[in-house]
Amino acid sequence: MGINIGLVGNPNSGKTTMFNSLTGSNQYVGNWPGVTIEKKTGKLKGHNDITVTDLPGIYSLSPNSMEEIITRNFLLEDDIDVIINIVDATNLERNLYLTTQILEMDKPVVIALNFLDVLEKRNIKINIDELSKLIGCPVILTSALKSEGLEKLCKITIEVAKKPRNSISLPYTFQTIKALEKIKSLANITNQYYAVRLLDQDEIITKKYKLENNQELKDIIHKYERENDTDSQSAIVEERYRIIEMIVKATVDAKKAKLSTTEKIDKVLINRWLAIPIFLGIMFLVYYISIVSVGELTVQGMEYFFDVIIGENVRSFLLNANVAEWMISLIVDGIIAGVGGVLTFVPQMIILFLFLSLLEDTGYMARVAFIMDSIFRKFGLSGKSFIPMLIGTGCSVPGIMAARTIEDERDRALTIILTPFIPCGAKLPIFALFVGVFFGPLASVSMYLLGIVVVIIAGVILKHTKYFGGERSSFVLELPEYHLPSIKGTLSSVWDRSKAFIIKAGTIIFIASVIIWILQSFSWNMHMVANHEESILASIGKFIAPIFAPLGFGNWEATVAILTSFAAKENVVSTFEILSTGVSLNTYVSTLFTPLSGYAFMAFILLAPPCFASLSTMKKELPSVKLTLFAIGFQFTVAYIIALLIFQGGKLYNQSSALPTILISLIIIVFMALIIKHKVKNRGCSGCYQSNCKHRKE
Amino acid sequence: MSNLYKTKKGKKVRVVDIECSDFVRRKIMDMGIVKGTILEIVSIAPFGDPINLLVRGYHLTLRRKEAEKIIVEDYELEGAY
Repeated sequence: MGINIGLVGNPNSGKTTMFNSLTGSNQYVGNWPGVTIEKKTGKLKGHNDITVTDLPGIYSLSPNSMEEIITRNFLLEDDIDVIINIVDATNLERNLYLTTQILEMDKPVVIALNFLDVLEKRNIKINIDELSKLIGCPVILTSALKSEGLEKLCKITIEVAKKPRNSISLPYTFQTIKALEKIKSLANITNQYYAVRLLDQDEIITKKYKLENNQELKDIIHKYERENDTDSQSAIVEERYRIIEMIVKATVDAKKAKLSTTEKIDKVLINRWLAIPIFLGIMFLVYYISIVSVGELTVQGMEYFFDVIIGENVRSFLLNANVAEWMISLIVDGIIAGVGGVLTFVPQMIILFLFLSLLEDTGYMARVAFIMDSIFRKFGLSGKSFIPMLIGTGCSVPGIMAARTIEDERDRALTIILTPFIPCGAKLPIFALFVGVFFGPLASVSMYLLGIVVVIIAGVILKHTKYFGGERSSFVLELPEYHLPSIKGTLSSVWDRSKAFIIKAGTIIFIASVIIWILQSFSWNMHMVANHEESILASIGKFIAPIFAPLGFGNWEATVAILTSFAAKENVVSTFEILSTGVSLNTYVSTLFTPLSGYAFMAFILLAPPCFASLSTMKKELPSVKLTLFAIGFQFTVAYIIALLIFQGGKLYNQSSALPTILISLIIIVFMALIIKHKVKNRGCSGCYQSNCKHRKE
Repeated sequence: MSNLYKTKKGKKVRVVDIECSDFVRRKIMDMGIVKGTILEIVSIAPFGDPINLLVRGYHLTLRRKEAEKIIVEDYELEGAY
């Protein structure tokens, strides 16, 4: 008989490391039905009939967030046989809060008291037997990082899973117990968890039992609130923490405990004056290493590898094997050039992902949100919006998904719409190409600046619309303890992200390369053409090109590159690579663009709606299709306007040397004017929480 | 009595009341700030907002707007009992 184990715990409790240690490489990643929250399942090592499900990291089972609702539905309704609750032993008080809620469900529970190694280092002693007795379930000391205690954990979990268990009653006060008893008989249930949720006035559970308008329930709650002189929600949370304080007092001996190093590190890293210079320094280093110094070396190496070693050798091999000429062209000029053009940038991307993972795993990323919050709030965003954008410099897909930590739906939507404006890794090859042909490396940097400026301005503008307006979000965020990331964990998360990129090169870009090659090699009557001008691709491009004429790149080649970029941004490079038969890529690009139109093209590619993968993530993460369509329209309009301003503005100045600087300042001035105009128009308030506000929302 | 935002860095205070709007209040309570909890401001972000608190042995951040609605009293003075 198979067993289903659910892994539940707070964020930063070492849950993911534990899941990896328990299942090894035997994992399957999917999504929870209807949402994009990752659902990871795997088979327990050595037990093919035991499934482990990794649930999202949560602080409570209150319906505060999507993650919390998913977890509790899964625990209550699906056929989970046993719950492993991972508890950070160095932060017992807050972690046990979730435990007290889990214990009330009538499922067997095993506590994995994690971070045994840190506990020993800091000289904190926990009386395990006493703890186990007080909370009424087995407690196992573990260190997921060092794989300690896992065997025992598995053994006990399997044993416990077979024994049914009734939900445990916490030592609540007499009034609470009485109120819960009344609710149980009213709703005709025995489950303690549901009874507590009903007393807590949880809307979802109340609806489930059709008690929304039940006077008797209201009376019980009112009486309870009068007895406690506070609302029922506060009364229950206060009681839980009172019970936890009691448990901690009886079991934890921290008299000889050493202070954690986190506070010492934070004294420097989030120091009021040093925080921002240090952050900028770290960011500079990350991008200098991954894009300029080491990154460029790898790009040159990969280019040599694909063009010379693979391309030339395959061509001569096929020539010797007497393969038809068109076939050689398809393979070498189409597939190898197209896919290789993109794979060239994989090492660079891996270095960038490695740094981003390190910043996340050490706990620094949360500090960045903390430091940047007040700056970001000036533009209508939250410090939490910064993390999606930082990850978005790698790839927009995980960036958009990282926006989930923002609780408020509209603020989350705003961050999702703005994140693609930050240049993702796939756009780097395009910038690198144009920079190599026309400009110095400063032009690449100017794209990042342009992205940031557009995020800020677009944020301010959208924040003044009715839908996104008002300040609702909060900044209740845990700053986790710093810890050294595990090499295995970091590498596996780097691999997860890079894999998606490589798979894309192997699938979407492979197919796109073949299609582009076919379209550019044949005419409508299916004859191979000598000149690309007569191809199918050219005629499609020529049809659409006039739209882009005002932006300076109304030729069919650029139009086709823009079309293919929606499958994957890197396609711009591979498209030019395929089209440039006979001449070098750089020469080819310099015939298509002037420096000015090239710069406008870069800006357009930077700001235009992202690739299909990002768009589908956006659709899943945004609350409605309407909003997704709005986002696409908004991004397209912004891209078009900015590229138009650059090209037409530049033509006026006609001064190619100082172009980027002049143009960006021009854009800023125009948008500032727009904002001021907007601000004056939207003076009215849409209701806030200020007590003296006459539109006050309750 | 005072609010949390006015509290000096490094001084311990006890929570008397949480006057935030419902949703934020629920979230704050779940994270361990309830009536009677001892809090201490550990650090303040550049530009004076948000603040970094020590709550039940771990670090939690709140914005000025939220901290102003958490009513606190001096803890050290009443530490006698």
